[in-house]
Amino acid sequence: MVYEIIVAGKPHRLELQKAAGGWECRLDGQTVHIDAVIPRRDVLSLLVDGHAYEIKREQTSTDLHMWVGSSRFAVELHDPRSLRSRQKAGGDEKGPKKILAPMPGRVVRLLVAENSEVEAGQGIVVVEAMKMQNEIKSPKKGVVKKISASPGAAVNPGDVLAVVE
Amino acid sequence: MFKKILIANRGEIAVRIIRACREMGIATVAVYSDVDRAALHVRKSDEAYPIGPAPAAESYLRMDKILDVAKRSGAEAIHPGYGFLSENATFAQACADAGVKFIGPTPHSMRLMGSKTSARQQMEKAGVPFVPGTSRGLNSPEEGEQVAERIGYPIMLKAAAGGGGKGMRLVQTRAELRSALESAQSEAQRSFGDSEVYIEKAIANPRHIEMQVLADEHGNTVWLGERECSIQRRHQKVLEEAPSPIVDPEMRRRMGEVAVKVARAANYTNAGTVEFLVDQQKNFYFLEMNTRLQVEHPVTELTTGFDLVHLQIRIAAGEKLPFGQSEVAIRGHAIECRIYAEDPDNNYFPSPGKITVLLQPSGPGIRRDSGMYEGWTVPMDYDPLLAKLIGYGSDRQQAIMRLERALYEYFVAGIKTNISLFLRILGDADFHAGKLDTGFLDRLLAKTNPAVATLAPKSGTESLETIAAIAAGMFAVLDPASAANRNGKAAGASSGGPATVSSNWKKQGRSEGLR
Repeated sequence: MVYEIIVAGKPHRLELQKAAGGWECRLDGQTVHIDAVIPRRDVLSLLVDGHAYEIKREQTSTDLHMWVGSSRFAVELHDPRSLRSRQKAGGDEKGPKKILAPMPGRVVRLLVAENSEVEAGQGIVVVEAMKMQNEIKSPKKGVVKKISASPGAAVNPGDVLAVVE
Repeated sequence: MFKKILIANRGEIAVRIIRACREMGIATVAVYSDVDRAALHVRKSDEAYPIGPAPAAESYLRMDKILDVAKRSGAEAIHPGYGFLSENATFAQACADAGVKFIGPTPHSMRLMGSKTSARQQMEKAGVPFVPGTSRGLNSPEEGEQVAERIGYPIMLKAAAGGGGKGMRLVQTRAELRSALESAQSEAQRSFGDSEVYIEKAIANPRHIEMQVLADEHGNTVWLGERECSIQRRHQKVLEEAPSPIVDPEMRRRMGEVAVKVARAANYTNAGTVEFLVDQQKNFYFLEMNTRLQVEHPVTELTTGFDLVHLQIRIAAGEKLPFGQSEVAIRGHAIECRIYAEDPDNNYFPSPGKITVLLQPSGPGIRRDSGMYEGWTVPMDYDPLLAKLIGYGSDRQQAIMRLERALYEYFVAGIKTNISLFLRILGDADFHAGKLDTGFLDRLLAKTNPAVATLAPKSGTESLETIAAIAAGMFAVLDPASAANRNGKAAGASSGGPATVSSNWKKQGRSEGLR
């Protein structure tokens, strides 16, 4: 099996092959012998040349993280054979940027109107959850193209609140 | 002794009280809102009854519904926990009128301590030291200027009915006083329906230290040692410990005696906490009395060996305190971390949602009071406290190391928690040195986040990134179904449009969010 794996922004090439007593693991050209079991969902017990690690997997709606001890790494996993993986992920600083609800909650009020100009970090919408009001801020400088949030409405994580271009 | 007790609360504290009742052979009655049907306190109780929709005002704050459940179930007493109705004198009175014992002080004591100015007046009479200032609301800006001149700037303006930092203003000079007073008064009016504002001398870099007291209904009052609560964010406590690193036995005795004096002056019964501000010269000043069980009560339980909830129930049942002041001894050191559902990477925003993975610490010196479980959806309607993790050791250093070890074992996925924050606090040099004040946490958070080095995995030749890369691949190989489900999403992760949102998550969130 061959994977392209991006850990904290750095690409790695990983080859895994079943071997006696575990797996032969070739990472960026270096070979180590490893053994791995999943004792329970989202937990991996990994032995690398006798060193023991417990790694936890965290999957949110949009991304994948590996916890090694108390260190958390953003990970992207690509299978080069998969078509879907080869499609380039979009969404950089240019172009329209969606502002998503970071948590379930209720829209309390809007802080700007459509078509107004905003600075990066300026509050767009206030969402209340767990007795706290939270300002959802613009990730970039630009113009508010669309506001889909309306006061009083319930929102879920990932719901689009506004679009800034 | 009572045969049945109703717990008018939810979350970890309801579970903690249910456990105490079970230990004492008392049956328990839980109440729950619509979003709490699957909550842990409902699962742990002997009986459970719905009391209305999610908003607290329509359920956990509804005195009529709670008393109705007490009547229907035959509960003889109500434990209010903390928050909700716990410091509501009207509720305590309604319980008394309905012939149900309220496990806490009398409505009279609660009213007296409920207003900061009336508490100050009472304490002035009793000779309790408090921060210089006025014990009555200010009638005019001119009066404010005179008082401020007398006690010296900087001063604090505080709402008599206040709490949580609302209606509070720091005033450095005479020029700022007038407008600060106006805005404090209007904020107090908006927040509490009472514009009464008084003046206190501002204390630079104060510590917040509180003293636990217990009083039975036969005139016996004891103190049980202090808790250091200086580590706060937005006036909310985050980490507490007992004993305080700066309090020696002599200072403890003096604080304890003042706290007992405060309780006696208010004819106080049951468990209560007297809060003090402590300045850099270790002078302590009465701040207020909390007329309830505190969130942080476990650190006192671990260092004194007494179970405060058992004692609350026994006192409410009319028993005498089973020990005297001379039998109270402080032993060892305990530190509590409040595990909140909030996102450290996103400005500590609340993070309700479904807990998909939960690995919980245990072992020597670890106590966990928790209201969560794997698979549970944390509702968005209540405060974000999920659990309390308490480390106990023979000294402060051991308590710190145990907590670090336990935090390292703690893992919650699906929602975000502040677990990583505690590793930063416990690893901080000032924290180790016991150099604490109420500005500690803001200063710590202003520093850039250092990689937490303590208790890092055993060092192999591999970097942690390498391990993360290998692990990601092994997960994909060994758990292909789960990987396939996520592969496209992980690969496409970036701006994260709505199409990438997992539908299960969404469904769950919707069913909880829409009522």
